[in-house]
Amino acid sequence: MGKAGGDSAALINEQGLRLDGRRIDELRPIRIEVGILRNADGSAYIQFGKNKIMAAVYGPKEVHPKHSALPDKSVLRCRYHMSPFSTEERKNPAPSRREIEISKVIREALEPALMLEDYPRTAIDVFVEVLQSDGGSRCAGISAASVALADAGINMRDLVSACAAGKVAGQIVMDVDDTEDKEGQADLPIAIMPMSSQVTLLQLDGQLNDEEFHKAFNFALDGCRRVYQLQREALIGKYFGNNGGNSDGGL
Amino acid sequence: MPDLKRRFVIPGEVVGRGNLRAETNVMRVGDKIVSTRVGMAEVAHDSVRVVPLSGPYIPRVDDLVVGKIIDYSAFAWEADINSCFFGILPAQSVFGRDYSPAKDSLTDRLAVADMIAAKVIAFDRTRDPLLSISGPGLGRIPRGQTVKISPAKVPRLIGKKGSMIRAIEQGSNCRMLIGQNGVVVVVGASEDVLKAVKAVNLVEEQAHSPDLTERVSRVLGVAMPSVEQGLQESPTTTEQASDTQTSEKTPPAEGEVKESSDSEMNSAESNEGN
Repeated sequence: MGKAGGDSAALINEQGLRLDGRRIDELRPIRIEVGILRNADGSAYIQFGKNKIMAAVYGPKEVHPKHSALPDKSVLRCRYHMSPFSTEERKNPAPSRREIEISKVIREALEPALMLEDYPRTAIDVFVEVLQSDGGSRCAGISAASVALADAGINMRDLVSACAAGKVAGQIVMDVDDTEDKEGQADLPIAIMPMSSQVTLLQLDGQLNDEEFHKAFNFALDGCRRVYQLQREALIGKYFGNNGGNSDGGL
Repeated sequence: MPDLKRRFVIPGEVVGRGNLRAETNVMRVGDKIVSTRVGMAEVAHDSVRVVPLSGPYIPRVDDLVVGKIIDYSAFAWEADINSCFFGILPAQSVFGRDYSPAKDSLTDRLAVADMIAAKVIAFDRTRDPLLSISGPGLGRIPRGQTVKISPAKVPRLIGKKGSMIRAIEQGSNCRMLIGQNGVVVVVGASEDVLKAVKAVNLVEEQAHSPDLTERVSRVLGVAMPSVEQGLQESPTTTEQASDTQTSEKTPPAEGEVKESSDSEMNSAESNEGN
């Protein structure tokens, strides 16, 4: 998608507020729920602004077809898919070029966090199903998928949290939504492993100079850290009730 | 344990630092010891570990598992043990060393879809786990109802020194065999089995709630007050009752499963219980 940067004046008003009333360093409202699908080994649901995304994890399980199994580690397979009803116009449910690419980047964003060598000769399937789409669905999908993987009880080095930053109306902003993504000048989605401070996904659509890039990167990083807190709360809420935190266990 | 500190962790969270021994579900990153699972971190004075609250069954040597025969070749059966790895039961371990494919037929002993109680005798992730059905309480399971629970909740279902399993068995008048892989076999009269299954599911759903044993006893008691009364008034009568039931169940033809040894097995497992 081209970054035209058309009538950018309306995107951020004189008070420095964006179209949906956010400040430039504000995230959209986020809600994460864990373990909502009974049939999956692990699952999570995320609302990230207008995004509504389900993530389901199956496995580790035996690999079919058998020849695709690896002798020393598990095969991670990801499928990012947008439902036909997720967009304004009906979307053809067949996987598009874009969805295939996003499936690949989600897999590569999650892989470093997983201890795949603990499950040789098996496969782990991750399904990211977009029920309603807004900008930044790959980031929301990664965040949800990582929570679903933790819910499935797969050994992980860290969670993965993702968030985007971008350039809208000449300003660097945190967490671009759909309109800002289309009308804005740049979109920078990143995913990190928050505890070990490593980047597992970094894409940039549009142009940023050095200074802008650093600012945008730090905005996105800050967003990831906030997403991480919500992921943590969601996981702890499911397994320990909402008294969460670090009180003495009820076991 | 008095000097055991417990706390909830998620993957990536630091559980401890420095010269602690990293036990299960943790990994060392430089000076830090980090959890790899959602669970309860237990920090003792010299070691740390995380007790996971979810996750698949990964076989360990000496585990008792309940499996289902799904296939067989000339030399071994393959069993579904509710894991991402299939259990291999070599024909030699059933027929003895002089097993020959020409002379013996595997299907005479175990057919596809038979349930077995087996022990894991070898496993190291590079190969499928090796099973054995020779030993007290092991072998073909002739009857019963299977219930699957999360393998992470097996210790809870057994309870401290087997308290939970005992409560359910006495409350429902059933015998239970709990595999470490999360497969539970319940044997008894059909309405009793329904009660026991209900209790097992209750344990799985409310695994974290305190005084669960009491709650389970109550559920079983409410479901059938006469049994509860009988239990409270004269424990000896119920013991006798379950004894007679055991002898009724044990079929002469299928002596491989020795029901009476179940309790020994359960108490051995209960060391795992927390």
